[in-house]
This record gives sequence, C-alpha cells and structure tokens, in this order.
Amino acid sequence: MRLLALAARRCLWMPPTLLGLTLIVFSISHIIPSDPARVLAGENAPIEQVEALRRKFGLDLPLPQQFFRYVTDVVSGNMGISLYTQRPVADDLLERLPATFELAIYAMILAVLLGLPLGVVSALRRNSLLDHAVRVVTISGLAMAAFWLAILLQLLFSMKLNLTPVQGRIDGWGPDPITGFYTLDAVLRGDWEMLGSSLRYLALPVMPLAIPAMATIVRFTRAGVLNVMSSNFVFYQNAMGLPRRVVIWKYILRSALIGTLTQIGLVFGNLLAGAVVVEAVFSWPGLGTYAYNSILQSDYNAIMGFTLFTGTVFICVNLLVDIAQAVLDPRGR
Amino acid sequence: MADEFLSVHDLSVSFGTEGGVARVLDQVSLSMRAGEIMGLVGESGCGKTTLARAILGVLPDNALIDSGTLTFDGADLLHAGATEHIRGRAITFVPQDPFGSFSPLFTVGDQIAELMRWKSPDRSPGERFYARARRSADMERTLALLRAVQLPEPERLLRKYPHELSGGQRQRVMIAMALLPEPKLVIADEPTTALDVTIQAQILKLLRRLATERGASVLFTTHDLGTAWEICDRVTVMYAGQEAETAEVVDFFGRPRHPYTRMLLDSLPTQGAALRGIPGEVPSPYAPPPGCRFHPRCPRATAICQDSHNAAVEPVAGHSVRCHHPHEWAAT
Amino acid sequence: MKSLRRMLRDRALLTGLVIVTLLVLAAVFASPLSTFPEHVTSFDPSQRLKPPGERFWLGTDRMGADIYSRLLFGARLTILVAVVATTFAVVIGVPIGLVAGYYRNWFSDLLMRVSDVFLAVPQIVLAIAIAQTLGPAIQNVILALSVTYWPFWARLVYAETRSLRNEVFIEAAIAMGASPLRVMVLHVVPSIASSIIVRTTIGMGATILAAASLGFLGLGAPPPAPEWGRMIAESREFLPDAWWYATAPGVAILLVVMGFNLLGDGLRDVLDPRIRRGGQRGG
Ligand SMILES: Nc1ncnc2c1ncn2[C@@H]1O[C@H](COP(=O)(O)OP(=O)(O)O)[C@@H](O)[C@H]1O
Ligand code: SF4
Ligand SMILES: [Mg+2]
Repeated sequence: MRLLALAARRCLWMPPTLLGLTLIVFSISHIIPSDPARVLAGENAPIEQVEALRRKFGLDLPLPQQFFRYVTDVVSGNMGISLYTQRPVADDLLERLPATFELAIYAMILAVLLGLPLGVVSALRRNSLLDHAVRVVTISGLAMAAFWLAILLQLLFSMKLNLTPVQGRIDGWGPDPITGFYTLDAVLRGDWEMLGSSLRYLALPVMPLAIPAMATIVRFTRAGVLNVMSSNFVFYQNAMGLPRRVVIWKYILRSALIGTLTQIGLVFGNLLAGAVVVEAVFSWPGLGTYAYNSILQSDYNAIMGFTLFTGTVFICVNLLVDIAQAVLDPRGR
Repeated sequence: MADEFLSVHDLSVSFGTEGGVARVLDQVSLSMRAGEIMGLVGESGCGKTTLARAILGVLPDNALIDSGTLTFDGADLLHAGATEHIRGRAITFVPQDPFGSFSPLFTVGDQIAELMRWKSPDRSPGERFYARARRSADMERTLALLRAVQLPEPERLLRKYPHELSGGQRQRVMIAMALLPEPKLVIADEPTTALDVTIQAQILKLLRRLATERGASVLFTTHDLGTAWEICDRVTVMYAGQEAETAEVVDFFGRPRHPYTRMLLDSLPTQGAALRGIPGEVPSPYAPPPGCRFHPRCPRATAICQDSHNAAVEPVAGHSVRCHHPHEWAAT
Repeated sequence: MKSLRRMLRDRALLTGLVIVTLLVLAAVFASPLSTFPEHVTSFDPSQRLKPPGERFWLGTDRMGADIYSRLLFGARLTILVAVVATTFAVVIGVPIGLVAGYYRNWFSDLLMRVSDVFLAVPQIVLAIAIAQTLGPAIQNVILALSVTYWPFWARLVYAETRSLRNEVFIEAAIAMGASPLRVMVLHVVPSIASSIIVRTTIGMGATILAAASLGFLGLGAPPPAPEWGRMIAESREFLPDAWWYATAPGVAILLVVMGFNLLGDGLRDVLDPRIRRGGQRGG
C-alpha cells in the first residue's frame, strides 16, 4: 500500500518533467533559429513555401501561443511530418522503437551478467591480479568511443573474419512483427532459423554498447561492495562471528546491488545515446539510425521528435528504476 | 589466578598508516574474573576500542600485534584466533553505534534469526541447517529476552526494519542479541554514547542486571567516569595506550594511587569547585614520549619515568597501579 | 609537498598526468611536430589512402593528407572544445548549484527542477538537437555541450552545499554576520573545490567523448578541420581495406579520455582523503 502511494507520488512528477522537456525542445526548435520556418522548409526552398509553412504552423504567432499549440500537438501524438520519409514522425519512431529496445536490453543484460560478478569479485580480491585486470578493462571500456569500437568490431569480425553479418537486423526482409523484438517473435513462432539469424545480427552491435555499460556497472559494484565492507553492520556481523560467506553473499551483496541499481537508469541513458552512433555503424533499423539519417537529411521534425521521444523513454525508465529501488530498499518507503 | 578467565598481558598493537606507525596499545595488561562487570575508562583516543577489537579478534587490516598474550578460558585468542565457539558465542559484542550496526535492508527479526541460526546455544558445532525444532526454541528464547530488555510487543518489533526503531530500542535489541547466545563475556564498547542522555543510565543498568542474572561478565568501555562508577564492579583506566590503574570501583574512586587517576578525578566538576583540567596535551600515538606516556604532564615524574613504564608495584588488595611513584595506598 | 610526493607515487595519476601533458604538448607544438603541417588545409590526391609507412607514419586519408599530422592538429580542436565547453558548464552550473543549495526557498526548488529536466534526457541526445539547429561549427559544438552539461554541475554543487549548510563553521560564519555571498565564496567554495576539480578533470574526458560523437555524426567542425570523430566517420567508406584510417584517431580518443579519467581518479585520492580508492564513486 505504501509502495503504491510512493509509486503514485513519483508518477506525479512525470507531467511537469515532461512539460519541461517539451519546453526545452520547443526552445531549441522555435527560439534558437532566427527563422524556424526556413529551417523547417529546408535551405533551398522558395520564399513562398517558407511563408506557407510559417502560416501553416503558426510560426508568426507570439511565442506563448506557439508553445501552447506545440504542447497540444505533442500530447495528441503529433510531432509533424518527416521531410525524408514523408510520414508522421510519431509513427516512424514507434515503428523503430522495438529494434532499439531489443539492442539496448540485450546490451544491458550482458553488461549486468558480466559486470556484477566481476565487480563483486574484484572488490573481494582487492589488489589481486584479477582486480588489476578488471581495472584495465573498465578504464579502457569507459574511455572508448562507442562508434569506434563498433567500427573495429565490424572490421574484424564481419569484414576480415566473415563471422557475422556486416549490417542490418535479419536475413531478408524480416518477418511481420508480433512484438517487434525479433528474437522474442522467433521464439513465439517457434522459428529457430529466424532466432539464429537475428542473434547473429545482434551479436556485434550489442558489444560496443555492452562494454562501456559493463565498465560502469563493474566500477559501481566494486566501489559499493568495498564501501559496504567497511560499514558498521559488517563490522558487527564479523565481531559476532557470522560466517563470512553469509556476510558477503547475503548482506554485503544486497546493499551493494541497490547502489548499482541506481546506476541502471544512467547506464540506460548511455545505451540510448550510444545507440545513435552504434546503430548508424551497423545500419540497425532503430531509433539511432533514424536520428542519424535525419541529421544527414537535415530532417528537422524528425530530430526534434527523436529528442522528445528519447527523453520521454528515458524519463519512464528512470521512474521504473526509482520504484524498483524503493521496493528493494525499505528505507525509501 | 584460577578465577581469571580473560587475561591480557603486555599487549602492544600498532597501526600502519600513511603518516607513519602509531603504537596505540603499549604493553597493556588487564585481567577479568568470571561474572564481574569491568569498566575500561579513558579519554577518547586512548585505545579502548582497539583493545576491545583485539579481544574480539577483529582488529582493522592495518593493525599489527607487536607483542603480548591474550587468553580467554585457557585459549590463546591472539594467535589461534577466535574460533566459531568463541566469537559470537562465548564472547559477544554490543557496538557503540546502534544505528549503523544493523543492515538497513533486513527486518530486525531476520537479523536476530540469522544470529541464532549460527550462534544459538542449542546449535552443535558445524551444524549447517536450521532445523525447525531449533528454530522455534530460538524464537521462544528471543521473545523472552526481548521482553526482558523491556521492549513491548516483541512479535511486532521483529517484523520492523531497523530504521523504524528509536535509538534506545535498537540498543535494547543489541543487548538482547549479545545475551542470546548465552555468552560468558560481553564486550560493550561505549554502548550508550550514541544515545540520548536521558535513557543512557536506564539501558546501562539493564545491561548490568541482565548480565549478572545470566552469569556473564561485561567489559564495558566508556570515557565517562560517572557511568563507570554507577555500573562497574572494577575499573581500569588507560592513558594514551597504556593502562594506569586497576581497582575495585570504591577503591578506584576512593583512594586512587596513580597520578593520572588522581588528576582525572580532581578535574571532575564538583559542587562549588571550579573545573581544573590537567595541564598539557595528550601525546600523539605517532610520536609518544618514551617510558610512561604521562610523564610530560606528571608532577611526580622523575628521570626513571622516561626510561621504562614497567614499574611493577605489588598490588594491594587487588589494587594494581603502573607507576614508579604512586601515591600511598591509603588504608581506610 | 607531501601531497606532491603522494601524487607522484600514485601510478594511475602519473599515467594520467603524462597522457594529458603529452596531449597539451601535441597541441602546442603541432606545427613543428607534424611531418606535413600543410595537410590540415591542403592535400595531395595522388597519395590517397596510403598505408602507414616511412613517409606517412600513420597512413593517409581519402584526400591524401597525412593522418599523423592531422591528428596533431586535431589535438588543438580537442583541447579547445574540452576546455571551453567544460569551463562554460562549470561557470554556469556551479553558481546555480551554490545559490540553490544555500537558500531554501521556491527559487532554489525551481532551479533544481530545471536542472533535473535537463538531466532527464541523455546529454548527447539534447546536444544533437542543439548542434543540428545551430549548424555544424566548432563554436556550436561548444555551445551545445555546455548548455547540456551545466545541470550536472548544478546538481553536484547543490548536494554538497546542502550538506555543508548545517556544518558548524558555516553556521558560525552566518551567525557572525557574514553576507551570503561572502559565506559562499569564502567558506563553501573552498570546501567543495577539490570535488569540483576532480569532477572537472573527469568531465573533460566525458566532453571529449561527446564531442567526438557529434563529430562522427557530422555535427562537429566542418571539413577540412582535423576533427577526430569526423575522421573516423570518413574512414567507413574505405573499410575494410584502409584499416589504419579509423585506427589512429580512435586510439587518440581512447588515450586522451583515459588520461583525463586516470588523472581525475588520482586527484580524488590525493585531494579528498575521505574517499580513498576503495570508496570511489564514478563520474
Ligand atoms: N584503523 C586505524 N588506523 C590508524 N589509526 C587508528 C585506527 N583505528 C584507531 N586508530 C587510532 O588509534 C587510537 C586509539 O583509538 P581507539 O582505540 O578508537 O580509541 P578510543 O576507543 O579509546 O577512543 C586513536 O589515536 C585512533 O586515531
Ligand atoms: S610513572 Fe612517573 S610519570 Fe608516570 S605517572 Fe608515575 S610518576 Fe608520573
Ligand atoms: Mg572508541
């Protein structure tokens, strides 16, 4: 019950935050450019077309009125038409969301599965050879540009060794989506060939996203475990002679995990940001490639839509992380 | 010395830090008899916690035991290390900080159950499973002890998280947890310093009464002479890592022999008298004065005091003092 | 003196210091160090896509320009963007965090809500939108990165100021009649300076990575500027044959970011004895 109240309280912050986000994107698209209509129409559009756009989108109205229009549009799911695809931006984005999510979720799973145990073990064996090796990996992982790592992997595994496909998400045109998550769809259909194909395409793009994420998780888990190890309750448990394995794997781990969980929201944000460049390298048909193409085409509506959309997704993810944390940590309730 | 069940002899402990080596315990000797409440008093930083941790066998990683012996019930604690039967079983612990000494993520009941799973008096050595019969016996015992430490509605309390309890309640639970394994010795390191002044005395008296009823000894550290007077049978005073004087509580306060004890007692605020501090400063453990560490401040100091600290003055009626020129033992 | 000696003993910090110093030297002495200084603006189409060798140490690019020389000049751009953008962000964010942390009223709540909204979107995503609106130019990259980075500093300083606000020495200063400005500048700022220095160092690395991403997306300084991210983007057309093309700028980014991270971590150990290596938090 208290949890429900807490979730409700957190959710109440959503509308103002989203409104703030809309205001930021509105400022970028309507206030920064000296002539938003010109930007919308494209550099070479004739004057008449620019003027028509100006009237059509009310760009000649006072700013507060424009903002009001903008908010009503966004709330009703209208983010304008993409210059490039000639379709509503909102439709484009929704269609591409599953591809990006599939990539991000696999990257996250991999990062957590590898990062947590490595973080715990390197904290327990502090200054051991393993700890030093893990430190080298995390320090490089955090310093690597994701797109560069993506290109290197592509160069090595796809182009030189021919182990994985160079680009795309699946062989052929791809099936009619059920959920849009190809691996999940394949399982739902019982189509193992499709599962294998989509996993082969996933393998490489997942890596440049997962490695920096893993580095962050290792770092926080290690620091968290060390921090908890020096806490008073661990001292008490040792003084009372509780078995070491119980102290570590039950009490220390649980506390450290909560710290790591707070980072998951941040890591997810980095994954979404990394997806823009990594998807571009592998032509992965998700939000990132969409954003990349929009930048190349100066497709203005599409970019602003992408920003709003990604921001909203990120805000929702953070909300979920907040609630999950409250469930795990009794103090937050 | 057949009735001595804890004996610390000439124990020296140093800490290695970036600033150098600090000898924090310098040839400390101390002995306790079964069933007594012993107070370990001294200003903050004099090494009380370090001594308590040495006995518990949980010194920090950077601690180095330079010399000495530490025996408990005939067992060598210093080198063999505290075994499963001793730590948390024969010797238990009441921490200074009842706030941080619980894991915030588990209920009080979970944490007591965890302790009983490994440290219940019914557990036979090496037992890994927590059999239902033992579990329910332990539960009975827990509820009874929680009532004994005057916590109302213990069943409800077990379902609470530590942060839902007040400091006093938490410390009562800690005392219960220290007594649940039916120990022979409880080490209580400033158990009430973190609590509200109004409930300190209450909790200390409770600890004393319950321990005495169960035949457990208590080694109780404090920087407050007043509390030592109220609840201890005997008192040892330490100064800058050296123990100065040990005596029955009435003797300690009534006829102190060590110059430091005298000055310390004189400096206590009494009605009408102005506060008299001891001139000078406590030395740093990184560069302690040689010999008796009190000599720079001691009015009775002579050259010999700088050479050694090992003046063995024959104890009179269990009143031992570590000083080259102690005050006379005043017969009453 | 003591902390200087400790600094030199810390291997991570030393590595970071060396890398960052090398970066600065490369930027300052780009002309004398480079083998083809003219290749930043002019090039030699007859020497297109040559692999590394005696003449072109790290190979040539699609225009026949020497990659090694371009990398050196790219160091200037990298430092410029990192230093200016991070400084702007600090200069905007720190006062906001100070004011919001010092006072407890609706205005400080508002300031923090605003920065929270900024922090609710991944930095690079907002920076993309701004850089795209402003058009590809180096000053726009700097603007986009600082506008999206200040909230991070506001948050950090806010949290530290709030916890300092109850410290005895701050309350004493207030009780003695010091003005808020005086308390903030003379008492709060010195106490949080070490943490700001550490974060700024690590922030340089983060800014370099973000700037490289913008460059890769074509939102950085326009050609022929020797921007490392853009060099990597250009190389893609010529893979897998011109493997050296992307390698050099990528390694440069990796080393430089690593250098700042190591330096920041090391400085934290030296400046902030509360948090030793064990308890360090990422940044
Ligand atoms: N882990 C440690 N490393 C270095 N010095 C320590 C450590 N723990 C305690 N000390 C130092 O040892 C001395 C005695 O500390 P402590 O035993 O806690 O005193 P008390 O409990 O009497 O206040 C103090 O000077 C303290 O600073
Ligand atoms: S040994 Fe000497 S210096 Fe120390 S207390 Fe006794 S008289 Fe004073
Ligand atoms: Mg202490």
